[in-house]
Amino acid sequence: MFEQFVFYFFAIVMVLSAGMVITLRNPVHSALFLVLAFFTSSALWLLLEAEFLAITLVLVYVGAVMVLFLFVVMMLDINLAPLKEGFARYAPLGILVALVIVIELGLVVLGDRLGPQAFPAPDPAPADFSNTQALGVVLYTVYVYPFEIAAVILLVAIIAAIALTLRRRADTRYQRPEAQVAVRRQDRVRLVDIPGERGTP
Amino acid sequence: MLTLSHFLFLGTILFCISMAGIFLNRKNVLILLMCIELMLLAVNMNFIAFSHYMGDVTGQVFVFFILTVAAAEAAIGLAILVVLFRNRETINVAELDSMHG
Repeated sequence: MFEQFVFYFFAIVMVLSAGMVITLRNPVHSALFLVLAFFTSSALWLLLEAEFLAITLVLVYVGAVMVLFLFVVMMLDINLAPLKEGFARYAPLGILVALVIVIELGLVVLGDRLGPQAFPAPDPAPADFSNTQALGVVLYTVYVYPFEIAAVILLVAIIAAIALTLRRRADTRYQRPEAQVAVRRQDRVRLVDIPGERGTP
Repeated sequence: MLTLSHFLFLGTILFCISMAGIFLNRKNVLILLMCIELMLLAVNMNFIAFSHYMGDVTGQVFVFFILTVAAAEAAIGLAILVVLFRNRETINVAELDSMHG
């Protein structure tokens, strides 16, 4: 009973915050409601006994990705007025398509094939069961190659993001250490023969 | 009594909200990226629900990889967005037609 209350509460918060993300005018507010949606989803994952991923979602998404989003939103000086053109024009179509897909998928998902007879609720895991350990045992044995590929993908993403945004301004003066090291004596030193002054009173 | 259908239907609603968001905010690249994140969240919800009700931890491993790829996608997407804004001074999709595609 309590579980149901928790589920419905978080589900309603999640749907409302997702609706706010797509309808609000200001991207900063959208990003903040997306943070709320991620938090709520993390709570629902705790309800599904996926503790490690719930914490990872908060750490990775709320802590890193959404902060990156907010950073970019606040860094860009966006003129919001032209971006909202056509909002009212496309709203009926978008809502219609979304409703049709909700009904279609609802017919599939809410049927008997996926109902409680086919998938009875599993017994809750014992208190000393470690979700992190169960995940790690599978991740580092069966899925060790995909795991390393994921690491490479992250590395590529880091390098790509830096390479894309790195900018060399033409008017900035830089030190060039290699030129400084490679300099020779005759490049810098010029011996001048100055005749001495003589004979003035 | 919570069943698998509860979570699947929640994922469905979330997916359709984010799809409607792509229809509604088709001018703003930033909101489009946020909608994609929301879609991936809906998919992850399905994976974890199935993982729980079938007693198989593999679904959670898959969510782990989806999170990795989504983080990489967000980083590169935002980097492209910053470069785009620097060069064109706009993030309006309607004005990004220099390739005449």
